[in-house]
Amino acid sequence: MAISLKVNGATRSVDAEPDTPLLYVLRNDLELNGAKYGCGLTQCGACTVLVNGAASRSCVTPVGSIEGNEVTTLEGLGTLDKPHPLQKAFIDEQAAQCGYCASGMIMAAADLLNRNPQPQEADVRAALADNLCRCGTHNRIIRAVLRAARQNGRI
Amino acid sequence: MDVPRLTRRDFTAALGGIVLSFSLVPKVVFGQDPARLPGSLQTNRTLDAWLRINADGSVTVFTGKVELGQGIVTALAQIAAEELEVPLGRVTMISGDTGRTPNEGQTAGSQSIEQSGTALRMAGAEVRALLIDLAAKKLGAAADTLKVTDGVIHAPDGRKVGYGELTAEADLKREATAKVPPKPAAQHKIVGKSAPRIDIPAKMTGGAAFVQDLRLPGMVHGRVVRPPRYGARLDSFDEARVKAMPGVIAVVRDGSFLGVVARREEQAINARLVLIEFAKWSGGSELPDPAKMYEQLMSLRSEDRVIGEKDAPVPVGAKVLEATYHRPYQAHAAIAPSCAVAELKDGKLTVWTHSQGVFPLRATIARALGLQPRDIRCIHAEGPGCYGHNGADDAAFDAAMLARAVNGRPVRLQWMRDDEFKWEPYGAAMTMKVKGAVAGGRVVGWTFDVWSQSHNMRPGDPDGINLMGSWYLADAKRPGPARHAAQPNGAGDRNAITLYDFPRQRTTHHLIMENPVRTSALRTLGAYANVFAIESFMDELAAAAGIDPVAFRLAHIKDERERAVIEAVAKAAAWKPGEKGDGRRGRGIGYARYKTVAAYIAVIAEVEVNRTAGIVKVPRIWTSADAGQIINPDGLTNQIEGGVIQSMSWTVHEHVRFDRNGILSEDWMNYPILTMPDVPKVETVLINRPNERALGAGEAAPGPTAAAIANAFAAATGRRIRELPLTPERVKAALA
Ligand code: FES
Ligand code: FES
Repeated sequence: MAISLKVNGATRSVDAEPDTPLLYVLRNDLELNGAKYGCGLTQCGACTVLVNGAASRSCVTPVGSIEGNEVTTLEGLGTLDKPHPLQKAFIDEQAAQCGYCASGMIMAAADLLNRNPQPQEADVRAALADNLCRCGTHNRIIRAVLRAARQNGRI
Repeated sequence: MDVPRLTRRDFTAALGGIVLSFSLVPKVVFGQDPARLPGSLQTNRTLDAWLRINADGSVTVFTGKVELGQGIVTALAQIAAEELEVPLGRVTMISGDTGRTPNEGQTAGSQSIEQSGTALRMAGAEVRALLIDLAAKKLGAAADTLKVTDGVIHAPDGRKVGYGELTAEADLKREATAKVPPKPAAQHKIVGKSAPRIDIPAKMTGGAAFVQDLRLPGMVHGRVVRPPRYGARLDSFDEARVKAMPGVIAVVRDGSFLGVVARREEQAINARLVLIEFAKWSGGSELPDPAKMYEQLMSLRSEDRVIGEKDAPVPVGAKVLEATYHRPYQAHAAIAPSCAVAELKDGKLTVWTHSQGVFPLRATIARALGLQPRDIRCIHAEGPGCYGHNGADDAAFDAAMLARAVNGRPVRLQWMRDDEFKWEPYGAAMTMKVKGAVAGGRVVGWTFDVWSQSHNMRPGDPDGINLMGSWYLADAKRPGPARHAAQPNGAGDRNAITLYDFPRQRTTHHLIMENPVRTSALRTLGAYANVFAIESFMDELAAAAGIDPVAFRLAHIKDERERAVIEAVAKAAAWKPGEKGDGRRGRGIGYARYKTVAAYIAVIAEVEVNRTAGIVKVPRIWTSADAGQIINPDGLTNQIEGGVIQSMSWTVHEHVRFDRNGILSEDWMNYPILTMPDVPKVETVLINRPNERALGAGEAAPGPTAAAIANAFAAATGRRIRELPLTPERVKAALA
C-alpha cells in the first residue's frame, strides 16, 4: 500500500506494507545509503536515523508507524560539497577504518548535540554506548564529535 | 595455492566476455627462466598490469589488493603517485577485479605494502624513466637534464611535455625490469605524509561505498537458511507455503542448501522465517563440551612439527617454571553480516563480493559449480571490516547459487546477523604450554608447545572446496585439509618461535587435523595467542628472577630496532623500573615483532580491577611501533590503534558460546564486545625508518596488547589469569 513519508525534508510516497522496517524502505525504495543493516535487532546502531530529531533504530521501526513524522538520514545532514559539521569533523579526524558504523555514529551524535551542544567526553561516550564499532575507531569518533561540538554542530 | 594461470587460449577466449585490460603474455623470451622481480611484480610481470597513463595526464593504478578498511588503497595510491611524480588527486585506483587487475592472491597477513606496494614502486619508477626517455626524444634534450613536476616533464630551456601527450608512444605492454631505482626517501613528497583516505568522504555523506549499497537494474533479494547445527541434513520443508508468500520469486533447494529469492528485501526476510519454521533437519555433528574443550581438542589427531630448536645444556640449579595458557574460539564479528550480489547472464556469472581474494574465490566457485573460471568474474566491493576470513566468500557462493535460479536477474544476498555469528569460521581455540628455566637473571631454557586447529581454510585450497554452502549441496563438496604453513609466516604457530636470545629453546606446533568447530584466518592467526603466552610467561620468569619486566626483556634482546620500540614505549608511559600494582591498579608490558619479520611493536597497558564485580577496565594503553618506512603515518596509527582496541575487546570480553548441540552466540547479546564507555585511550609513538623496507603492521598490535593487559592484571592483583578472556568469573576465581 502507498505510504507517505517525510524524508530529509521532502515528501515521498512508497509502496510497501506498513510493517516493513523503515530501514529497507530508506535503502531500497528511496535509494539512500546512509542507514545500514547491521543486526536488525536494535543492538548495533548501524541503522540509526533521526525521527523528529531523536535517534531511532530504523531496523525495527515499522514504516507505517511514522507517517507524517520527519525522518533524517545521513544524506539529510549534508553533502560532499556542503558537509554538516559532524560529517566534516568525521572526515577531518579520519574517523573510520571500514566506516560501516559511521552513519549510525554520526546520527546518534547529531541527536546528542541537539540535546547537549557542548558535551564532555564522557557524555559522548555515553551517548554512543549502544553504537558498536568493530574496527576500534572509537577514539577518533569521540574526537570527531567533540570537534563538531566546538564548531556548533547542531542540526 | 591455485593461481589461475591463463594460457594464450584462455586469454583469447576471455576476450569474448570479460575484457582484460592488461596483456597477459608479456614480451619475454620464452624458454628462459624469468628473472626474479620484487614484490608482486614477480607474479604479474608487465608494467601495464599495474599502471596506465591516460591521455588527460591522469594515471590509473591496478592492484590485486583490496580495501578492507585498513586504508591500503590510499597508501598504494601514494606510492604510485610518488614514483610517477603526479599529484595524488590525478590517480584512479582499480582494485581486486578478476577481469582487470593483477592476481595478488589474498589481501591478508599485513603483506599488501610489501607485495603490491613494492610492485607499484618499482613499476612507477620504471614508467617514469620511460616517459622521460620519450620526452627527451621529443624535446631533443638529454634525459638527465629533464625534470618532472606534477606529471609534466620540463627541459632546462623551458619547453615541456605532459605525460598525457606521451601515452600513444609509451609502450607499457612490456615486462618490468625493476632496474630503475625508486626515489630515495629523502625526496619523498607524498609517501610518508598523512594523506586523507580516498574512501572516507563518501562513507560520511551517504555515497555508495559498500557492496551492500549496490543497486543493479532489476535486482532482487535473497536470503539463505542454514541448518540448526554443523552438518545437519534437510529432510523436508514447506515449499508451497513459501512460494505462495508475497513477492517470492524462487525457492532454491539443492540437497541441504536452502534459500529464497523475493522481489523486495523484507519479503525475502519473511520468507526465510517461514522456511526456518517448517524445515525439518536431522543428523549433524556434536560440538566439544565447553567445560572440557581444551583437553578434548588436544586429544584429537594432530600433526606435530618441531619448528624451532636451539640446543644448550640447562645449568644445574636453574629455577624451572611451567604454565599453560588458553585462548577460546573468537569471532570476526564484523559490524554487518556478509553480503554479495551475483548475476548470471548469457552463461557468465558476475559476483560482487567483499572477499579478501577475488582470484582464489573465482577458482573455487568455478570448481564448486562446475564452471570455467573464464566464465566467472569476481569484483571486489567493500564490506564492513573483516579482520580475516569471515562469511564474505561463503556469501558470494550463496549469491551465485541463488542467481542461477533466477537467470538474468541480479540477486543481492544478505546474510542475517545469526547467519554470520553461527556460520563464520572462527579464530581457533588454542592451548600453549610453556616451560622455562632461569639462572643468574637469564632465561637458560625454554620449551613452547602450541595446539591449534587450522587457521587457514580459505578458498584457494588445491584439494578441497572451502565454501561452506557447497558442503550442503546434494553433490556435497569437501573442505580442504588442515595444513602446516612455513615459518616465518606460520599459522597456528605464527610468532610461536620466541625471538628472545635464549641459549636453548624448542618450539613444537601440534596442528589439530579435525575441525569440531569451523575455524579459519582471524587477524594475526595464532600470533595473538602465542604472543599472549610467550609474553605472559616472560613476566612470570622475570618475577621468578626478581627483575623488572622491561629490563628483563631488554636483557634478552640484542637487536637495536627491537630494543628501540621497548625503550620508546617505556618512555612514553613513564615506566618506573620495579613499579608495583596496588591491588586494584597496575601496568604491564607486551612485545613482539609480528611474524618475526614484520613490524616491531611494544605495548604497555594500565588496568583497573573491580575486585568485587570481577570487572577489568583498561583506561590507558601506550604503544610504540617500528614498521620500517612509514607510507602514511595517520593511516598506520589508525591501524595500530584499531588492533589495540580490538585485541582489548578479545582479551577482556570475547569467546564464542556453544553447547554440544550447536553455537549459542547468535547476536551481540551472546557475543558482547567492547563498547564506547570502556574504550581505552591509546597513545602511539611511531618510529620512522625512511631508509628501511616498509613492514606489515595492521596485525602487529593484538598479541602484545593481550599480553600487556594480562601482565597488568597480574601486576595489579598479584594473581595471573592464563585463560582468555578475562571474564568476571575468572577474575573472581583468581582473586578468591
Ligand atoms: S541494524 Fe538496527 S540496531 Fe543494528
Ligand atoms: S570503522 Fe569499521 S565498524 Fe567502525
